[in-house]
Amino acid sequence: MTTDSLEPATATPEEAQEELIDEFGFFDDWDDRYSYLIDLGRKLPELPDAYRRDEFKLKGCQSQVWLAGEKRGDRLHFHAISDAAIVSGIIAVLLRVYSDRTPGEIVETEPDFIAQIGLDSHLSPTRKNGLSAMLGAIKGRAQAELEAAAG
Amino acid sequence: MAIEEMDQDTAYDVDAYRADFPILSTQVNGRPLVYLDSAASAQKPRQVIDRVSQVYQTGYANVHRGLHHLSERATEDYEGAREIIRRYINAAATSEIIYTRGASESINLVAAAWGRKNLKPGDEIIITYLEHHSNIVPWQFLRDELGVVLKAVPVQPDGSLDMEAFTALLTDRTRMVAVAHVSNVLGTILPVQDIIRMSHAVGAKVLLDGCQAIQHMAVDVQALDVDFYAFSGHKLYGPSGIGVLYGKEALLDAMPPYQGGGDMISSVSIEKSEWADLPHKFEAGTPAIAQAIGLGAAIEYVESIGIDLIAEHERDLLNYATQKLASVEGLTIMGTAPGKVSVVSFVMDCAHPHDIATIVDRHGVAVRAGHHCAQPLMDHFDVGSAARASFGLYNTRAEVDALTTSLEKVREIFG
Repeated sequence: MTTDSLEPATATPEEAQEELIDEFGFFDDWDDRYSYLIDLGRKLPELPDAYRRDEFKLKGCQSQVWLAGEKRGDRLHFHAISDAAIVSGIIAVLLRVYSDRTPGEIVETEPDFIAQIGLDSHLSPTRKNGLSAMLGAIKGRAQAELEAAAG
Repeated sequence: MAIEEMDQDTAYDVDAYRADFPILSTQVNGRPLVYLDSAASAQKPRQVIDRVSQVYQTGYANVHRGLHHLSERATEDYEGAREIIRRYINAAATSEIIYTRGASESINLVAAAWGRKNLKPGDEIIITYLEHHSNIVPWQFLRDELGVVLKAVPVQPDGSLDMEAFTALLTDRTRMVAVAHVSNVLGTILPVQDIIRMSHAVGAKVLLDGCQAIQHMAVDVQALDVDFYAFSGHKLYGPSGIGVLYGKEALLDAMPPYQGGGDMISSVSIEKSEWADLPHKFEAGTPAIAQAIGLGAAIEYVESIGIDLIAEHERDLLNYATQKLASVEGLTIMGTAPGKVSVVSFVMDCAHPHDIATIVDRHGVAVRAGHHCAQPLMDHFDVGSAARASFGLYNTRAEVDALTTSLEKVREIFG
């Protein structure tokens, strides 16, 4: 087994959050933050065909969002993408924090960074719903892993 | 002809009308609001807001019940609004004007009360591919419950209805033809006079969903000879929570009640109840009193400007917007049927409609993005979603310019 996919870019979810807050704090202008968010979305890897199916489509998002969790060792890796660029950007920041973490870390990590990088107040209510749907799906998957392990 | 040379209508004082709508002077994201989502819901003039407020402050009580002063006053105003609505659509009598929560409830009422009474397995209902979900789902309920056949008329690439296909679908088994008067996505005005004439020729009834027509053009239900006409108050600059079902009296009379409750009965015993006369037979429970009165005020407001002048103003905006948007690289307008109303749906090659709506919102511009509650139509055109700018009586050419500028920004970001 190769280890690279098991190693997240940052050691902990907290570090990933701080890194994102730093990155977004660099921009004064909201158009620039959007542009950066969109760039992050564009760099998301392609969704494997196996997951581009209706059963992996999230409800509660106005645009189309596919999200699938995959167990890799003791961690959960998430594949996700949207047909909308800004939503893909939101997916990218969420995955930076939550993908390739242990189920315990995922469940315990509160998404405080969302407010701090301004996504919370600056994205429209429908997008916020999409964001909470994505978070709910990620945490739900981690919770299921924990329950399976305990059960 | 260059845009600058086009005749500007001088009789139409759009600035004065704008001043009637308090919300239009608000700011969004630090920019003046450019509200281009009136097809979803229109903003309200002070004349409506004040009228509703006045009801609660000086003239509110339950209607049709008390013998006291306030109840009589509220009843008078509530029934007065019904007369205003009757006059606006030229119905023969106020007994043909049923208050509902909105067009959705109006259509559900017809499907449930007329449909269950009059339809048998194998009977056919015709809708179109451009219907709002509100004029699809109630008929699907009937199909699943009664075994009736639901057929849909396809749409041409320019957004016109395929009348040849309609002719072919119409048979002597057709009992109901339920179609939009105007498409909420494409702006197409359907050839409703032909549809009604042809449907009546095979013995079918016609219901028109007038949600996107009633605020843009004069509607005369008697001249149309339409059997049922449904619309919502909130798209006609009136309050939300109030809508109208017009029905020919003979049809409404023969229909059983839709919901049971107070106000819809003439007598009740444990063994048996007798129904109230029209229109109250279909109005169970305490109705949306202030909203109905507010809708009356909205219609009077529209009449004070003149629906034909509004239509002319909106036509100018539509032509201007069509020219301006065509200049945005990579933008395609959905729906170019001749004589369409001031609704412009579009897609861009560089950006998803949700991305478009988010970026233009940063510039204070409100447009709708999504499937517009018309998923069969979006599938028909093979797009998942579209952005939509829709114009009302208060919009201006400057607002079209603001939209175009913000769309150029979308191109810069995503292009």
